[in-house]
Amino acid sequence: MSSSLEALAMSIRKDVVRMVGNARSGYVASALSVLDILVYLYERELDVDPKNPKARDRDRLIMGKGHGCPGLYAVLAHRGFFEREALWNFRRLGALLQGRPDGSRTPGVDVSSGAPGLALGIANGVALSMRMDGLKGRVFCVVGDGELQEGSLWESAMTSSHMALDSVTLVVDKNGDQMGGAVDSIKRLEPLEDKFRSFGWNVASTDGHDFSSLDAAFSSIRDKNGHPSVIIAKTMRGKGVSFFEEGRKKDSGLSRMETERALEELGNGDRDDR
Amino acid sequence: MTDRIMVDLLDDVFVSLGSDDSDLVILDADVASNWLIRFSEFFPDRYINLGMAELDAVATAAGMASAGKHVWLFSTAARLLGRGYDALRTAIAIPGLNVKMIVSHGGVSAGEDGAVAQMLEDLALTRSLPGVSVEVPSDCVSAEAILRRIAVMSGPAYVRLTGEPTEDLYDDSTVKDAINVSIPLVEGTGVTICACGIMVHESLKAAAILKQQDISAEVIDCHSVAPLPERSILGSVHRTGCCVVAEEHSSRGGLGEAVASMLCRLYPVSIRFVSVDDRPGQSGSPKELLEYYGLTYQQIVGAAVEAWTMRRR
Repeated sequence: MSSSLEALAMSIRKDVVRMVGNARSGYVASALSVLDILVYLYERELDVDPKNPKARDRDRLIMGKGHGCPGLYAVLAHRGFFEREALWNFRRLGALLQGRPDGSRTPGVDVSSGAPGLALGIANGVALSMRMDGLKGRVFCVVGDGELQEGSLWESAMTSSHMALDSVTLVVDKNGDQMGGAVDSIKRLEPLEDKFRSFGWNVASTDGHDFSSLDAAFSSIRDKNGHPSVIIAKTMRGKGVSFFEEGRKKDSGLSRMETERALEELGNGDRDDR
Repeated sequence: MTDRIMVDLLDDVFVSLGSDDSDLVILDADVASNWLIRFSEFFPDRYINLGMAELDAVATAAGMASAGKHVWLFSTAARLLGRGYDALRTAIAIPGLNVKMIVSHGGVSAGEDGAVAQMLEDLALTRSLPGVSVEVPSDCVSAEAILRRIAVMSGPAYVRLTGEPTEDLYDDSTVKDAINVSIPLVEGTGVTICACGIMVHESLKAAAILKQQDISAEVIDCHSVAPLPERSILGSVHRTGCCVVAEEHSSRGGLGEAVASMLCRLYPVSIRFVSVDDRPGQSGSPKELLEYYGLTYQQIVGAAVEAWTMRRR
């Protein structure tokens, strides 16, 4: 299983680089850090149907990490929620794919999001509503680690726990970086696992780029006992592209040269539907 | 006729709305539990108090609305807009979700609680968001009619209720037209007075005094600050050639600027404003504060005479 997901993730990475390179705008390092998590969720966890994207009992994914949306879009295109061609209009006027996830425009995007710190509250609202309606769907919420500095996220973490929203799973893309530098140098999150535990959450940690580790983490939270769950996934900003892995800070658009170099580094393996 | 308090209506109205609509849900940021005692007994699963966490409450409302619920969010103006604005903007107004926000104690009617609790800029903040209906009822009859009307509208709405007792201005037969087309409460040809909330009552008192001075005032209850009842205001101003706008709000960004910008574009006339100038609120009884900040019929009379003297002929 893992090797096929790895190959898939590699080819979707290339689409992320192409779409940001094409748009000459967008956050590629952020999208590459969360990409394997999104591939895992859409290939292994989420019960969604591209032919019926608004099915009432579907699982939901609320993307709090707005900068990661190129990754979300490339994965949704692969799952067939819209044509892959739409990726090449990312961020343009009138495009299907906006600079932040827009639930009213993009098939497969469950709700509009992307303002830091709000996604967990939205996820709780969806989960509460589904519970009232007796629907079984689960709600996954993907956030960046810098975003955990937003106070509203902890207001919502209290709500998930107090309301016993065990259908909610928060996934933290913990790449350790935010706009101004290292997260822990700007405002420390640690001990993060303890913080969530003390808020009444199930906690699992994983390597966010290793599919068997992701699989183990998601398996470990299957038995929820009325508690929400968080998966803290250690990731690397710009995973797969050397100039990001080696510490390039700037993350807005890619030049033609950088796009070429990134695509070369990501290898020749490509999707059949090119 | 004894005066009534708007929040006292809420329990009956929402028990009725909740019985008709099983998707109706009330989210409270810990202000409304005393107003919704029967509702929370009748529908314990559909009244949720999210505690003192307004931003979380607004985000939760967005999530519930996106999953198909008809969400009514209760808070105070200062807390909902002060803390919740980010979520209101990004998670509700921009996607145009079906969330109705009900606040009590807008304007200076928070009285003794002082400046922090007195929101004088809520109409500016909500009116400037795309697609949000902004309503300020003047009495209990119209408040109920407005709540029932927005219950069947999709999309976001903001309703500011006053905490002050108000005399009924409408009855069941008159309220429908007033709500739907904003026909004038008092007809006249000398000066148009647009007002919302408790300032409608002051405007009616002003109209009576103006009449003694041979100026016939037309009073329009502009309960709908957004969208503005443009046709009703324009029709009136075409006859009178001048206008006064009275609101329990900052002079910046509220009903006054809404009416002024519309008239400026379509039919410029002499216009005067009765509102709070560039000052914060402070403690005091609501009545004292209304006088201190010049939100009285006397001020409206003065403004009307000025506007009338300069009227377009």
